[in-house]
Amino acid sequence: MSVSVDRDQAFLSAVSRVADEFAAPNADAVDRAARFPSETIDALRAEGALSAFIPTELGGGGVAFETIAAACFELGRRCGASAMVFAMHQIQVISIARHLDDAPWFEDYLQAVSREQRLIASVTSEVGTGGDMGRSVAALTANEDDSRSFEKQAPTVSYGAHADDLFVTLRRAPDAEPSDQIVVLARNEQLTLEPSGTWDPLGMRGTCSPGYVVRATICPEQILPTPFPRVSAESMVPVSHILWSHLWLGIATDAFDRARAFVRAAAKRSPGEPPPVALRLSHLMSDLSLLRAEVSSALTEFVQASDEPGRERLSTMVLALRFNNLKIAASEQAPLVCQGALGVCGIMGFKNDTPFSVGRHLRDTMSACLMVANERIHHTNASLLLIAKDV
Amino acid sequence: MTEEIRQIIADHGRLSVDTAALAPDADLYHAGMTSHASVNVMLALEDHFDVEFPDRMLKRSVFESISAIEAALKELRAETPVS
Repeated sequence: MSVSVDRDQAFLSAVSRVADEFAAPNADAVDRAARFPSETIDALRAEGALSAFIPTELGGGGVAFETIAAACFELGRRCGASAMVFAMHQIQVISIARHLDDAPWFEDYLQAVSREQRLIASVTSEVGTGGDMGRSVAALTANEDDSRSFEKQAPTVSYGAHADDLFVTLRRAPDAEPSDQIVVLARNEQLTLEPSGTWDPLGMRGTCSPGYVVRATICPEQILPTPFPRVSAESMVPVSHILWSHLWLGIATDAFDRARAFVRAAAKRSPGEPPPVALRLSHLMSDLSLLRAEVSSALTEFVQASDEPGRERLSTMVLALRFNNLKIAASEQAPLVCQGALGVCGIMGFKNDTPFSVGRHLRDTMSACLMVANERIHHTNASLLLIAKDV
Repeated sequence: MTEEIRQIIADHGRLSVDTAALAPDADLYHAGMTSHASVNVMLALEDHFDVEFPDRMLKRSVFESISAIEAALKELRAETPVS
């Protein structure tokens, strides 16, 4: 995760400081109360981190995608929920920035994000689609005054109550097929959120992701020019899988660091022979290194394919398989590392109030296999493998 | 070739509209073809025309209409002359 440009280095240093000074000291309180990590997000706003990826000509930080990924890793080491909020916001920003196609409304919008550090949540999952993001039930409807309206039943909207704006997938029109999808960006003064569920989950508690019925009336200019299937294949899916994997790696790395601190403390108490758990730590390191290698190579492949003219390769099945595999592998490996850390730390890791506690890490990473369910991804992959050649 | 492609789409594309009435450049995905159905169309095309789509062609835009599929098949046949 090397970053060469000074600007990128300064941004990463600022995020690391926020992670240490705000995310780390509040992580347990955020987890216990299942409350939004507002201190961390406010501190990120103060650093201009919410517009880090936006080009400088639109007022943003202009930092590279690799640096955003590294920032997700750093936040993940200190507070998984803060990292997930940051990552999800960046997924929306990156999807807009890569596909706005010079649309004036979206250029103005990204300038507003840069100026006001607006936080964007996504409304992509929907009741009645069986977890398939490639289909929508809710449709955008034209009104007599040329405005557009929609109503969408969302089973989860992460940090919906704390977001400024919503990134929403819909069917293009009431008579469109479920797969004929568009993206709209609805601003908070244009929308209402009616809670349709509660939020008391096992992990990632600070993301505050209950269900809502989302209603909004917007202008036609707020439809992203690029159709959603292309946004999804070229940006949203690979970017989601890469940024999520980086923060899962961050959580797993902190669990490993706590296990290592535990072993060092044991070794200092009885100098001479290495403590028996040192061997388990060595096994754990190889598990962590597998995760790290998968995350790192996927990032490199994505950046290479993104730099190619027209980004043609990103829409191929071979690369869809590649980034689907990243998601499956990382979401399975991260909780495995956290469980291994618990095995090293024993009761000191199991208790929630020791320097070696890894319960939150384990619970947070257990959400990974549910964020787009792994079995759904396996179904997609099984189909793609019938026709893809050199995988 | 157009009619053979049209028949394969009718058999495997699971469209929600009548395939016979489809314009050559009509978007098959907008006509209800799912990703999974598109894989079945690709397999049937490979079988029927005795070709293999290389990975660079295995993407949505190549299979989004009858005319796009026809262009891809012609490109493949030009690359590998029939012996």
